[in-house]
Amino acid sequence: MELLYVGLAALGAGLAVLGAGVGVGKIGGSAMDAIARQPEASGKIQTAMIIAAALVEGVALFGVVASLLGVLR
Amino acid sequence: MTAHKSLVIRVYFTLALAILPLFTYAQEHNEEHSSIEEAEKEFNATEMIMHHIGDAHEWHFFGEGESSVTLPLPVILYTENGLVSFMSSEFHHDTTGHTVVEKDGMRFVNLHEDIYMLEEGAEAVEFDAEHHPVNASKPWDLSITKNVAAMFLTVILMILFFSVGLARHHKKSKQAPKGFNNVLETLVLFVRDEIAIPQIGEKKYMKFMPFLLTVFFFIWITNLMGLLPGAANVTGNIAVTVSLGLFTMLIMIFNGNKDFYKHTFWMPGIPTWVKPILAIVEGLGLLIKPAALMIRLFANITAGHIIILSLIGLIFILENAGIAGVSVPFALFITVLELLVAFLQAFIFTILSALFIGMAVEEHEHH
Repeated sequence: MELLYVGLAALGAGLAVLGAGVGVGKIGGSAMDAIARQPEASGKIQTAMIIAAALVEGVALFGVVASLLGVLR
Repeated sequence: MTAHKSLVIRVYFTLALAILPLFTYAQEHNEEHSSIEEAEKEFNATEMIMHHIGDAHEWHFFGEGESSVTLPLPVILYTENGLVSFMSSEFHHDTTGHTVVEKDGMRFVNLHEDIYMLEEGAEAVEFDAEHHPVNASKPWDLSITKNVAAMFLTVILMILFFSVGLARHHKKSKQAPKGFNNVLETLVLFVRDEIAIPQIGEKKYMKFMPFLLTVFFFIWITNLMGLLPGAANVTGNIAVTVSLGLFTMLIMIFNGNKDFYKHTFWMPGIPTWVKPILAIVEGLGLLIKPAALMIRLFANITAGHIIILSLIGLIFILENAGIAGVSVPFALFITVLELLVAFLQAFIFTILSALFIGMAVEEHEHH
């Protein structure tokens, strides 16, 4: 039973990372495109990119915290 | 800087100092209470990691058991009979509940960094089947723990850097500062020009600069100090990040203008039956925004520490010195990455705080 909980927690952490990877990847890719089109706006794009990435990452970290609570119950 | 503004900074500082320590030890420990029996000699990675990222009543540097080198910190407890205080060294580095400290007729034990008060007449702590103590209860713990001591250190550094260093320079001369003060000024201007002005706007940003500067430098300096060997994991403690998130929430709520509350609770320009639904969603948003800030900082820093400790722990789990060749360079890489994360998280916390405050004080054009 103990192993099941730990396994589920590990699976949850993995899924959270998967989602965040896709999300941050898309944000980074789009930011690259935008900078390539308009290099003079790169500063503003970077700030917006970091904010969006942080929001996505925050959701992934909810998953990590939930998994952590699962392991440490 | 006018007298009024420096007063505001002092008020924020005092508030932070007064409120933060109250919360740091309020968190529950998730680890299980093991019995008083002989501690396992086998290496337990979870225990090691939790010991490193958790708060403690003494500042542990190195060594194990009786021979540990630690800095004793004061334990302050609020019991039914008033305040009790003694140095944590009286527990002799014991966190299993063996050592009983007697003060003013009350007996205390340290059980996995939770201080328990034994009931009257009890000589030693007893456990039930689930290893919860049966004859002891937790008093209010207001101790200067490792995290609180580390926070005091950060606050002293910040006062030295800014009040004694940079502010005094600007009082004396109009020239640009040299050396370290110049670095600090660049960072202060970065917070103003990249965070405060774009998010809050030219007109109103000055009112929030003291808060934004304080959280930015507080988080950054504690993050960096947390990376030193033997240092406390302050921003990886949920109680600290809750306090920081609470500041953002209160500032957002108290500075919100009429438009902000109208858009939150009675959104104009949509069908009436949608308005109550949106009011619930937006109302919850008031809570969720600072809660997300809090979880982000806590989880990022804690995750970073756990990764580094796990990589080092791998050597002991596999009991093979050859693993060190892989895990030590990798741990070094993650540590360097954490240097970046330390800055990035301070930046993100500050910019999102500024964004939320900016949303609350924004002037809407009426259509």
